[in-house]
Amino acid sequence: MDQMRLGRRAAMAALVKDRDDDLLVVPGLGSTTWDLAAAGDNPRNFYLWGAMGGAAMIGLGLALAQPKRRVAVITGDGEMLMGLGSLATIGNKRPSNLAVIVFDNGVYGETGMQPSHTQGGVDLVRVAGACGIATCLDVRDEAALANLAARLKTLHETLFARVLIAADEPPRVLPLRDGAELKDRFRAALGVKA
Amino acid sequence: MTVQAGQWPDQLFDAIKRGGVRQVGYVPDAGHARLIDRCRADADIHDVALTTEEEGVALAAGAWLGGQRAALLMQSSGLGNCINMLSLARTCRFPLLMLITMRGEWEEFNPWQVPMGSIVDPVLKLCEAEVYRVGEPADVAAAAARAVRQAFGDERIVAVVLSQQLIGRKVWTK
Repeated sequence: MDQMRLGRRAAMAALVKDRDDDLLVVPGLGSTTWDLAAAGDNPRNFYLWGAMGGAAMIGLGLALAQPKRRVAVITGDGEMLMGLGSLATIGNKRPSNLAVIVFDNGVYGETGMQPSHTQGGVDLVRVAGACGIATCLDVRDEAALANLAARLKTLHETLFARVLIAADEPPRVLPLRDGAELKDRFRAALGVKA
Repeated sequence: MTVQAGQWPDQLFDAIKRGGVRQVGYVPDAGHARLIDRCRADADIHDVALTTEEEGVALAAGAWLGGQRAALLMQSSGLGNCINMLSLARTCRFPLLMLITMRGEWEEFNPWQVPMGSIVDPVLKLCEAEVYRVGEPADVAAAAARAVRQAFGDERIVAVVLSQQLIGRKVWTK
């Protein structure tokens, strides 16, 4: 079964391949931050080393503030589960430029591969749909991943996607971890003041 | 100038408007009811109803990354929901403007409000927030204006704590 699943590093690389300057990416703490760093550093990445449960809401605030750019939150199932209420909040607001993508391997990889609630039967695609997000994708193969990557190039809606990935642990690739520097370089790349 | 008892929510609204706040996150709260209504009625403000206050800490961080100012409205109980997420603001030095209505102090009827209400000030200090406590209507406008300047000017966590005496006693039987 696991041999059939997508690899997390390849999945991340596919989602950010040939990205333009208007794609802003917020990964969740842990593995998706390492995955995004492995795909290539970019000042328009806001890596999280903490704030568990906050990735999707950071994405919402950013999407509302930058309506002409596209925001992709790419996080793990454990991180999403801690902020499950944020799907309800996002389902109420529905900005036209926000994608919440969950790499779901059914385990907490950073802490010893303990099973997550998705392995216990929680279906995040149906949760997101029940929260009012109209487009909810269940990505299980290369074709569906390519479709999701293509949608990220021209986003006109709130989108949720669960990407079923293998429960493996590729070598860590650690990005910058000074939060103030990450914030300042992100804002400088966007040219914002406020 | 004499400030009428009921005017302070409008003064808070004026302060955040003058301060250029464009996103307001809130969990519904009786003390903030008028301020929430004013924010919802303002076409230039994204009003974001939250399921829990910690969502608002992350929302405000995202807003600042994208060049907008945010405010977070909550009741004192909500501060407890925020503590770990405040690490985001502290580590990254995000501005965070919190307007907190107090429960669990003056003439509180509900003892369940007391445990969190009684530790709001020390918790805010431990989280490195600047705290402006307001008990009189005449002091609201100046405190709010100063909090706005400090939060966004210095990229800091700043809390305006509105005492229960200012807000008034909750009516339990109608």
